[in-house]
Amino acid sequence: MKTNGRNDDYSDRAKSERRLGWMLAGPAFIIMLAVTLYPILQAFFDSLFAFRLTAPDERQFILFQNYVTILSDPVWWRDLLVTLLITVVTVAVELVLGFALALVMHRALKAVRGWLRTAILVPYGIITVVSAYAWFYAFDISSGYVNSWFNWVPGIDQDLNWFAQASTALPVIMASEIWKTTPFISLLLLAGLAQVPDELTEAAKVDGATWWEQMRKVIIPNMKAAIMVAVLFRALDAFRIFDNVFIMTNGQYGTEVLSLLAYRTSISRLEIGLGSAVSVLLFACVLLISFVAIKVFKVDLAGSTGGKR
Amino acid sequence: MPGNRRIKQQKRRIRRRPGAVAATTLGLASLLLSGCGPADSGVPTLTWYINPDAGGQADIAQRCTEEAGGEYRIETALLPNDAAAQREQLARRLAANDDSLDIMSIDPPFVPELATFLAPVPEDVAQSTTENTLDGALQGAMYEDELVTVPFWANTQILWYRESVAEEAGLDMSQPVTWDQLMEVAAAQDVELGVQGSQAESMTVWINSLIESAGGTILETPEAPADEIELGLASEAGREAARIVGTIGDQGLGGPGLATSTENTSLIEFQGETGSFMVNYPFVWPATQGAVEGGSLDQAVLDDIGWALYPRVFEDQETAPPLGGINLGVGSGSENPELAYQAIECIVQPENQTEYFLTNGNPPSNSEAYEDPRIEEQFPMAETIRESLELAAPRPQTPFYNEISSGLQQTWTPPDEVEPETTPEQSAEFITAVLRGERLL
Repeated sequence: MKTNGRNDDYSDRAKSERRLGWMLAGPAFIIMLAVTLYPILQAFFDSLFAFRLTAPDERQFILFQNYVTILSDPVWWRDLLVTLLITVVTVAVELVLGFALALVMHRALKAVRGWLRTAILVPYGIITVVSAYAWFYAFDISSGYVNSWFNWVPGIDQDLNWFAQASTALPVIMASEIWKTTPFISLLLLAGLAQVPDELTEAAKVDGATWWEQMRKVIIPNMKAAIMVAVLFRALDAFRIFDNVFIMTNGQYGTEVLSLLAYRTSISRLEIGLGSAVSVLLFACVLLISFVAIKVFKVDLAGSTGGKR
Repeated sequence: MPGNRRIKQQKRRIRRRPGAVAATTLGLASLLLSGCGPADSGVPTLTWYINPDAGGQADIAQRCTEEAGGEYRIETALLPNDAAAQREQLARRLAANDDSLDIMSIDPPFVPELATFLAPVPEDVAQSTTENTLDGALQGAMYEDELVTVPFWANTQILWYRESVAEEAGLDMSQPVTWDQLMEVAAAQDVELGVQGSQAESMTVWINSLIESAGGTILETPEAPADEIELGLASEAGREAARIVGTIGDQGLGGPGLATSTENTSLIEFQGETGSFMVNYPFVWPATQGAVEGGSLDQAVLDDIGWALYPRVFEDQETAPPLGGINLGVGSGSENPELAYQAIECIVQPENQTEYFLTNGNPPSNSEAYEDPRIEEQFPMAETIRESLELAAPRPQTPFYNEISSGLQQTWTPPDEVEPETTPEQSAEFITAVLRGERLL
């Protein structure tokens, strides 16, 4: 069966299979459109108005004025910067840690492999809000234990109020994010590792390649698709970070991220127009990240699942 | 064998199922035929959206249902924990014209914003429910000179202090004290002042009381539309408030946790070794008693606690303590507004307010409700609370309260960066720009 030819190239059987496929997947596709496309369009429509939920009579069409307000405001750019910082740092650290964990899981003795995987996955199984509270209570100045346990570390003392400035609050937020989602990335990478044929590494070994050379020339290139998918998934996830920040600092002292800004504008301020505009811009950022990843870095979403090799 | 037994059990369960299905179908069918659910017995049901408490509002609902003798039934529905989230839910439901909002527990500062969605208070209800209402609580229930909600209970902050600290400093606590005196004591004795410096509603509460106590006001034009609002921040009173907040922050008088301190965290600090003076709500008393009973705190700490009116800004000018509490409103979408107001008349009866204070620790808004002798016994500071409620000043009463409050919180925190010369002015500029729709918040 050809995979990328024109429709005429398909045999009758392939055509009927495609028809069946559409019939089976069609209803789900339509429902997906209804629950994703409709809200997006509605949000875009709302973003063209000055509209406050508690003053419905004062709704006013203002075209793109909301977007102008947002994009000319330092708050938007500060929040974007904080979000990007969290995304870049967490994804980079998670990739390295996750790869190391994947290697450990891959090489571990059969007897302990199951236990090991379970143990590594535990943080990922914990609900984000719960883990955010756990980290908050550990670092909080009045209830936390970190200050008294780690006061031998330079820079940490009893009086350090972690959540009172961005320079100390952001690392805690990022650490909790990394702790929570490294298992996810390591699982994706483990799947990638398992796909590298043993013959290749064995051939490299016979040729006298060192461990590092095997990694660099055989294993990593062969699991590029898995790595890129892991990076893309995590980057999109990290860009939409909300729970950790909401629980630990609620965005105070320069730790606000874009999704929290969208939440505060639409839900707390009830400014439906302005809030929708923030959400639309956030959506555009996510689209842009996906586009860049897929086009520029050539992430092959089909490759990682073994559909096209 | 266990495996066999399991299979048998499964078979039995399968065999039993048709009977169960039939029973369920029959039950459903009879419900459908009768045209109503089991809850409906012809008595109109009023839903009361309550803020979380120790069960007091549910008790009152029960009592009033019994008193109504079948005329109506009150069911309670729980709102989220903090005031801001309560407002969000109420606003969303009201804007969607939700007809289940028969009675709502509303925090006073949010009254103006929600006022357009409330059913008007009937003249006779207004008369009967506000006869003996304390002045502060009454102001918080009104908007544009009209009673739009009914006061149910009132909250205020008083000054809590450790008698040992005040004694060592030689302060006469029977006389009014000023913020400057407190700051001097804290600096001299190396103890911490219990104030709330977190970027939260508690910060607005503090700023408002400081400015009002200094003779100013945050909002000069409460009735103006958003883009014409004028703020009184850049004034002598505003600068005085900024001086107090800034000094406490800058000199570390509020302790290292000041920038993230809320009502609960400052209570914990106050109970500790460095506790000295704290401005906080009356919940402090039952909470400390509970901690002593639970064994996590010494009786000596409880014995060392005294109370007085909220501190003054100027020695010769009366204090204006924070005002909180809960008012009751009726949604304009309610199908039974008359019954809802009838139920409210029952809920806010002085006896119910007294009982609510005794069981849940929330002070009455009705002065008559303080006359019960049990109150003095259980809350020795009840008279101070009542007096404080008379003096209390509400936060800005405007539909744009949320913007003003969030704007204040963002510009007046962290406390150590507050400067009397610049902060009030920058704050006013920022909030005005937000209200004009030129800035994000």
